[in-house]
Formats: sequence, structure tokens, C-alpha cells
Amino acid sequence: MVLLSTDQLPLERDEHIVIVRQTVRQRAVELGFSLVDQTKLVTAASELARNTIQHGGGGTARIETVNDGLRRGLRLTFEDRGPGIADIALAMKDGYTTAGGLGLGLSGAKRLSNEFAITSAIGEGTRVTITRWKL
Amino acid sequence: MADTRTTQLSKLIHDRERDILTEWIALQAASGASRRDLISESDLRQQSAEFLASLRHALSDGERFDPNSRVWAPIRDLLSHLSESRARHGFSPSETAMFVFSLKQPLFAALQATIADRDLLAHETWTMTTVLDELGLYTTELHQKSREGVILKQQQEMLELSTPVVTLWNGVLALPLIGTLDSARTQVVMENLLQRIVESGASIAILDITGVPTVDTLVAQHLLKTVAAARLMGADCIISGIRPQIAQTIVHLGVDLNTVTTKATLADAFAIALRRVGLGIVKQAAGPAAPAGMP
Amino acid sequence: MERIPILKMGECLLVSIQVDMHDRLALQLQDDLTARIAETAARGVLIDISSLEMVDSFIGRMLGNIAAMSRVLDAQTVVVGMRPAVAITLVELGMSLPGVRTALNVERGMELLAASTAAPGGDVAYGVAVD
Repeated sequence: MVLLSTDQLPLERDEHIVIVRQTVRQRAVELGFSLVDQTKLVTAASELARNTIQHGGGGTARIETVNDGLRRGLRLTFEDRGPGIADIALAMKDGYTTAGGLGLGLSGAKRLSNEFAITSAIGEGTRVTITRWKL
Repeated sequence: MADTRTTQLSKLIHDRERDILTEWIALQAASGASRRDLISESDLRQQSAEFLASLRHALSDGERFDPNSRVWAPIRDLLSHLSESRARHGFSPSETAMFVFSLKQPLFAALQATIADRDLLAHETWTMTTVLDELGLYTTELHQKSREGVILKQQQEMLELSTPVVTLWNGVLALPLIGTLDSARTQVVMENLLQRIVESGASIAILDITGVPTVDTLVAQHLLKTVAAARLMGADCIISGIRPQIAQTIVHLGVDLNTVTTKATLADAFAIALRRVGLGIVKQAAGPAAPAGMP
Repeated sequence: MERIPILKMGECLLVSIQVDMHDRLALQLQDDLTARIAETAARGVLIDISSLEMVDSFIGRMLGNIAAMSRVLDAQTVVVGMRPAVAITLVELGMSLPGVRTALNVERGMELLAASTAAPGGDVAYGVAVD
């Protein structure tokens, strides 16, 4: 996997979510994603960025343009040093929420992406990575 | 065998570049794999020179060969273009791979000529072989993937062609869905439908599933997604073409179609649609019906 | 902090969201709209989202809240102009905004509101104006 570009952005405040959205949009446009795919990437990023701030107590977003040798893609990683998720399977269920939200963030982001990976442990924070490939 | 010694291949290529290149090109010309009918001598020269130079650069940091490191990105890019160009010109995957593999001989000859120490010669030969094997196989993979890409693209085109959107009347669209409704198809259907809604300002869309052989939970979900997306844009959907068996399946599966109007036939759905947009069909009074074939 | 402007047109309030909203701004809009509906006794609210390139679950929920709150204040809400890519993504995300009336554009939205506000307390058929 070759890394073509990296943007590392902080996620501490409300306004940072907007910056992440705009950066993701920009990189997606550069990669030539269709409008629907761009929108899916930006929306998934918005959900995960919000999770990082609201559940993770703040963290970072890493936006990477990657090349697996045959196609290009956009890989987004959201990381926090927050409390971590006790039951990931439960957290991934549609509608499950601990903060009065809609509970669609994780499951929704997964549906909107080609690849989804999550690592989390109590006291160790959470990392969610999603990727969309340009076909 | 994991060898952590660095490599001197780059320096070797640098010192003897012209000789290696000449010998390599001669070798390619002599073998059938160079396909002189598909590529000119000057193009072959250029491709070879570029590849050799790129190889020299990639090896120049002297590190142990790591195919995943960023150092190898430019040469992969080069091979990517080369492979694609050759594929277009009709080269077989093996012929393109041979382009890389045939470099082994001149490099080995150069190594033998310059390195006396047996141990070192073995190490450098091994490194060289490993690198060129990796790069040669890479071109084969590229060939494969590009063929897969063509197939995917053709499938996509077929999907687009098989999901037409018809304007039945002002403001009323119809989508005759034929065949299985999987998630890829659903995406295309949604995009086409919504685009037409914007273009035509339609407020009703009839999704006719007469041609959909089976309706299971997934298909039902896809239909409901399409209905939901259209509604977000102010258009209501009617699902028609529900055969009795399908009606039974839907009930058995417990699919909730309460928010959607459903009819057995497209004709019935059309009648409802017209009523909703404030129109009706009226039988003309008086006089015989016009004979068939006359205006 | 900047606020999204709310215009009054007869018995209706018009909002056109043209910026990429951060969460606080969305919440502010919710508050402002609810207050204005109460103040003006508006019968209809039209929210134009044709400039929005993205609607996530937060904004989706805001739209749902506005529709619900305005209904309690006896006003109808219509959201207009959702872009195709946004609609497809929102549905994929898992939201279909069931409590929110929608229309293709401002013109249609106003027709919808006119039909529904013509009959005070009347219940207009969901999503489609009854003739």
C-alpha cells in the first residue's frame, strides 16, 4: 500500500468537524470520486468525527490518499484516547446510542464505506478506519 | 532467507548502465517475446532505458529490498503505464513480464564480471533475482486487474442500460425493473430515478416489479430504500407488478409496506398516479370509435 | 456567532441553509425557528436545503426536530431541494426522515404549504397535496 498524501487534523471542537468534512471533500474530488461517493465519504467522516469529539473526548482525524498498486482510494482514520467501547457489537447496532444521538454513527459509516475497521478497549481509546476505493 | 546486508546493485547499474542496456535490448530483440510487430525499436529502447534508470533510483538508497516501501512507488507507476500501454497494443501478460525477467541475464553477467567474492556475488544475485521477480509478477497482476476492470465496467454499462426510466405522463415516471435487484443495481436505479425526478419535476414514480423474479428481505429493503430516497426529493412511489406469490412472500417475511402504495398492475398504478396529480382519463362521448389504422 | 437568517413571507417562514453548518449553528437554527414560529404565529415553515452538499444524522435530526416542534405550534414544515446524492446517502446512512414533509423545490414547497395552511388545523395527506 502506497501513501500518496496525508492530512492530519485535530478533533476537539465543533468547528473541526466542518474542517474535516471540507478536507475530505477536497481529497475525494481530487481522486475523481463520483458525486454520490464523495457525499458518502464526507457524511461518514462527519459521523465519525462527531463520535470522536462526543464520545472520545477529542482526538484526531487522518485523511490519507492511498494506492494499493491497482486502484486509488481515500482512507480515513479517527482516533481518540477516550474511555473506549465496552461492547463493540452492541455499539455497531443501528439505534444504539449512549449520548442521546441516533445511534447511526458507526453502523452508518460502515454502510457508507467499502472497508470498515474498529479497534477499541476500555481505557485505551478508539480507532475507526474507513476506506473507499475509486473504481 | 532474510539477508540484512545492503545492496550495491544501484552502483553497479550506474557504472555499467550503457553495457547492461545494450545487452538487454539485444536480448529482447532476439527473443520472440519482444514482439517487434507491436513495438518499434526506438520505443523498446526508451522503455528499457526508463525502466533501468528507475530501477537504479529505487535501489539507490542501498537498503534491504522492501517492496512495500515508498521508494518503489515510481517504478510501480512506470510499470503500471507500461503494462497498460502494452496491453492496449496486444501484448500478452507473459510477454510484458518477460520484459522485466529478461533483465536478469545482463545484470547477472555484470555482477559476475565485477564481484570476486563468492559470498557477496550470491547475495547480490539473490537480491537482484528477488527484485526482478517481484516486479515481473507485478505486471502480471496489473494485467489481470485491468481485465477485471473492463469486465466490471461492462457490467456497469449493462446495469445502466437495463434500468430505463420512462415518463408515462407529465409528472409521472415509471421504472420497469427487470431481473434481480441487488445492491449494485439499486444504486444505479436510485441515481437514475432521482436524476429524472430533478430533470422532469415528477412527483410520482411507479416502480414496476413484474420482471423481478424473487422478492426476499434484501430485495424488499432495496425497494424501500429507493422509495425513501425518492420521497426525500418530494416524489411519492407506487410499487406495481406484485404477483400473488410475491404478496404472500412479503407478508410471510413481515416486510412493512404500510407507507407505500402497492398495486398488482402497472395500469392500476398509473390510474392512481393520474388521480393524484389531478388528472383523469375520459371516454369520449358520441360517434363510433375510430377504426384501427386510421388517424 | 453567525446565525442563519429566517425570512417571513405572509404566514410562512423561509429558511435557506447555504453554509456548511457546524453543530452549534444547527442547534441555534432550531432554537431561532421555534421562537420565530411562536412569535409570528406562522402557519408554515419552508426550509430550503438545495445548497447543502451533505446531510448527516445530526442535521437530519435537526430537520426532524424542527418539523415536530413546529407541528406542536400548529405550523407545517416542508423541506425542499434535497440533492440526489444527499438523498441517496441519507437513506444509506439509515435515515428517511419520516416526520418531515418534502418537496422538490421552493415553488412546490410553497404550493404544499398553501394547500395545508388553507385549512386551519386540517390534515393534508402526507407527502402529496390532495386535490
